[in-house]
Amino acid sequence: MNEASDLKCSGVGRRALLAGAAALMPAGAALAQQPPAPKNMRPQEGDLLVRVSGEGAGEPVKLDSLVINAPQILAWPKDKASGTVRDGSRLNQVLLMRFDPATLDEETREHAADGAVAYGATCPHAQCPVTEYRKDLGVLHCPCHNSEFDPRAAGKVTGGPAPRRLTPLPIRLDAGEGVLIVAHPFLGKVGLSAT
Amino acid sequence: MKGLKAFLLAGAMTVSVAGMTHAWAQVQKYSDVTEERLRSPEPRNWLMYRGTYDGQGYSPLDQINASNVADLVPVWTYSTGVTEGHQSPPIVNDGVMFISTPQAQVIALDAKTGETLWRYKRTLPEDLTQLHPTNRGVALLGDRLYVATTDCFLVALDAKTGKEIWAREVEDYRKGNYMTLEPLVAHGKILVGSSGGEYGIRGFAAAYDAKTGEPLWRTYTIPAPGEPGSNTWSGDTWKTGGGSIWITPTYDPETNTAYYGTGNAAPWMGDARPGDNLNTASVIAVDADTGKIKASHQYHWNDSWDWDEVDPPMLVDINRNGHAIKAMVHPGRNGYLWTLERKPNEIDFVSGVPFVRNNVITKVDPETGRPTYDESRKPHLDARVEFCPSLWGGKDWPPAAYSKKTGMIYVPANENLCGSLSGHKMDYVPGQLFLGAGLEDIGLTLYPGADHVGELQAWDLSTNKKVWSYPFPKSQLWGPVLATGGDVVFMGGTNDRMFRAFDAKSGKLLWSQKLNSGVTGVPSTFEVDGTQYIAVQAGWGVDAQRMQDSLAKVSADWQGGTVPQGGVVWVFALRNKNPAQ
Repeated sequence: MNEASDLKCSGVGRRALLAGAAALMPAGAALAQQPPAPKNMRPQEGDLLVRVSGEGAGEPVKLDSLVINAPQILAWPKDKASGTVRDGSRLNQVLLMRFDPATLDEETREHAADGAVAYGATCPHAQCPVTEYRKDLGVLHCPCHNSEFDPRAAGKVTGGPAPRRLTPLPIRLDAGEGVLIVAHPFLGKVGLSAT
Repeated sequence: MKGLKAFLLAGAMTVSVAGMTHAWAQVQKYSDVTEERLRSPEPRNWLMYRGTYDGQGYSPLDQINASNVADLVPVWTYSTGVTEGHQSPPIVNDGVMFISTPQAQVIALDAKTGETLWRYKRTLPEDLTQLHPTNRGVALLGDRLYVATTDCFLVALDAKTGKEIWAREVEDYRKGNYMTLEPLVAHGKILVGSSGGEYGIRGFAAAYDAKTGEPLWRTYTIPAPGEPGSNTWSGDTWKTGGGSIWITPTYDPETNTAYYGTGNAAPWMGDARPGDNLNTASVIAVDADTGKIKASHQYHWNDSWDWDEVDPPMLVDINRNGHAIKAMVHPGRNGYLWTLERKPNEIDFVSGVPFVRNNVITKVDPETGRPTYDESRKPHLDARVEFCPSLWGGKDWPPAAYSKKTGMIYVPANENLCGSLSGHKMDYVPGQLFLGAGLEDIGLTLYPGADHVGELQAWDLSTNKKVWSYPFPKSQLWGPVLATGGDVVFMGGTNDRMFRAFDAKSGKLLWSQKLNSGVTGVPSTFEVDGTQYIAVQAGWGVDAQRMQDSLAKVSADWQGGTVPQGGVVWVFALRNKNPAQ
C-alpha cells in the first residue's frame, strides 16, 4: 500500500500522526496488521478470471475461448462469492494463454488446465504489463524494456533486464461451466512488490 | 539533532547523514534562491535544468578551456545505488549539489567533496508501471526544492534537510499519468506537466503555488470541443490524444511566458485521429500566471511517426541576414532544425532545414513552416510504411546547447537511421499502453552504406549552416550537451560509456573518459573556492538501451550489446586544481 497515493496532499500534519502511531506500538505493526481490501488482494484460490478489455470484457474466461498459441489475453481475478473484481492493484492482473500440453515443461503442466497457463502480467523489471507475444520465438515480450519470458517453461527469463521469472499462477478448469479458476495463489511475488 | 531524530521517527523517507562537520556547515549556510537569482544565475552556480531560463545549456566559466581540458581528472564519484536512466543535471547552489535519480530519489551532496548531506526516497505505489523510469532534476526556490515524480506527485522538500514539506497529487497515475520533468519556477509558481501519451492521456501543463502546493491552473495541450483548435480533432479522439509534457519549459521572464514542447499524438497512427491534432508535436507559449496559451506553433501535423517534440525551443537572440531576431531554436525529432521568432502574443516561422536524412517532409511552407509530406512515407492503419528518420527521430529528448561565444548550436543527432511502422485500431483501456502498434510493428534499419549513426553537429545560427560534425561509427547518440565559455562542448550519450570534450569551434575531440555506465545525464558546471568543476551522472537506460537492443538486431557488428547500468555522479576538475591533491 502506498501511503502518499491515498492522500491528495500529504504533509507535515500526516507525518505528525504517523509519529504518534510509532510511539504507541512496535514499528510497522500498525500498517502490517491491516489486511488488504478484497479489491486489492492478489488472486485467491477459487477466484474467477475475467477479461480486462475487448469483446467480453468483464466476463469469465472460458477454456474454449483460448486459441492454442495465440497471444495472451489479460484478466482480473474476481471473487466468486462477493463479485468483487480485484482490480485495486495492477499487480493483480493476470495473463492467460493456451498451448498444446505436450509442449509444456513439467512444472508448467502441473499448474496448467488442459494447456491453459496463467502468469502475473506484471514484468518484474519495471512493472509494465507484459502485453506482447513473439510467436516466432514462442516468448512473451514486455514492450517497455524488452524483457522476454518463456510461457511454456514456468515464465523463465529468456532475455532483457528482468531479474526473475514471470510469476506463475496455477489454474484449473471448472468443468461444469467451462471457465478457468485460480487453483493456488501466485507462486512468488509479483513485480517489485513484497508480495 | 533533536529535530532530525523526531523526523526519522516519523517514518520519513529522508536519511540524513549531516552530522559530519563540513557537510553540516555547508547546509547551514545554504543560500536562499531568489527569483532574481534564477533570472540571472551567478556563473559559479547551476540552478536549473539548462543552467538558465533560456535553455541554452551554456556556462560562461572558462577555467577549464580548450587549451587545458586534456588535463581533466575525476575528483570524486558517488554511487546512487539506483539502476536505469539517470538523466538529471547536478544542480548546484553555492557548494551544495542536488541530484535526482529514477524512482524520484533526491540526494544532496557537498559539491566540493561529495559528502552526503541527505537523501530523500519516495515510497512509490506498489503497482506503479514505469515505462520511462527516470527523473530530469529538481527545481530550487528559497530554501526549498521541488521534484516531480513518476507517480505524478509534485513534492516540495526542505533543501537543508530533505524533509518533505508537502506532496501534491497532480493526476492519478493509474490513468497512465506520470512526470519526469524538472519543474520550472516562475513568479512564485511551480510549473509542471504530465507525461503519458503512450497510455492515451490528454497532456497538460499545470502550475502550483510554491508555498502551499495549491493548484493554480491547468492547461491541456489538446483543446476540448469549442476551444481554439478543437476542429483539428475528430470525434472523441481528443480525449486520448497524447500531447504529453516531458521536459522543463524554457521561460522568458520579460513576458512571463513559458515555452513548452509537446509530445506526439496518440495513438501512433494518424488516420486513427484525422486532423492536424493541435497542439501535439508543437511549442505552446503559456502565460505563467494564468496558464493561457498565448501562441503556438506546430512543427508537424497529424504525427504518425512517434516524433514527439518535447524538447522546448531554446531562446536565443540571433542576427540572421542582417535582421536581429528574438529566436526560438528547436532541433526537432522530425529531423529539422526549426527557427521561430517569439513575439509577445505570437510565434512566427523563420526557417526549417533538415539536419539528418528525411524522406517524409518534401516541402516546408516559407510563410507558415507547415510541412508537406510524401504520403507514401506516412504510416497508417493496417499497412507497413518505411520512413527516415526512425521513430526515435533526428534527435530525441537530449537537449542541444548554444554557445554565446561561438554563436553555434550543438545538436546530438542520430543520422542514417530509418524505420517502419504498422498499426491497428485498438481499444483504449485507462492505464494501458495505447500505441496502436506492437513490437512486431516497429522496424529499424540502417541506411544503405551508413558509416555512422550518432553525430554531434555544430550549426552557426547566423548563417543557418552546419559548421562541423563529429560522427560515431558504432554508436547511437543520447547525450545532452553542455557548452562553456572555455570553448569546450561536453557530451556523453554513446554506448561505449565515454564522456567527451570537444573544441567548440572546430569539433576536435580534446578529452575523453570511460565511465561506469553510459551517460544520458545532463552535464553541468560550477565553481567552488576558485575551482571549476564539470559534473554529470552516468546511468544508462530507458530509450538509449531500447535503441541499442533494436540496433543489435539490424547490425551484427553493433558495438556494446547491453550497456552496464548503475547511476554514478562524476565530478571532474583540472589536475592542478584537484582539491584532493
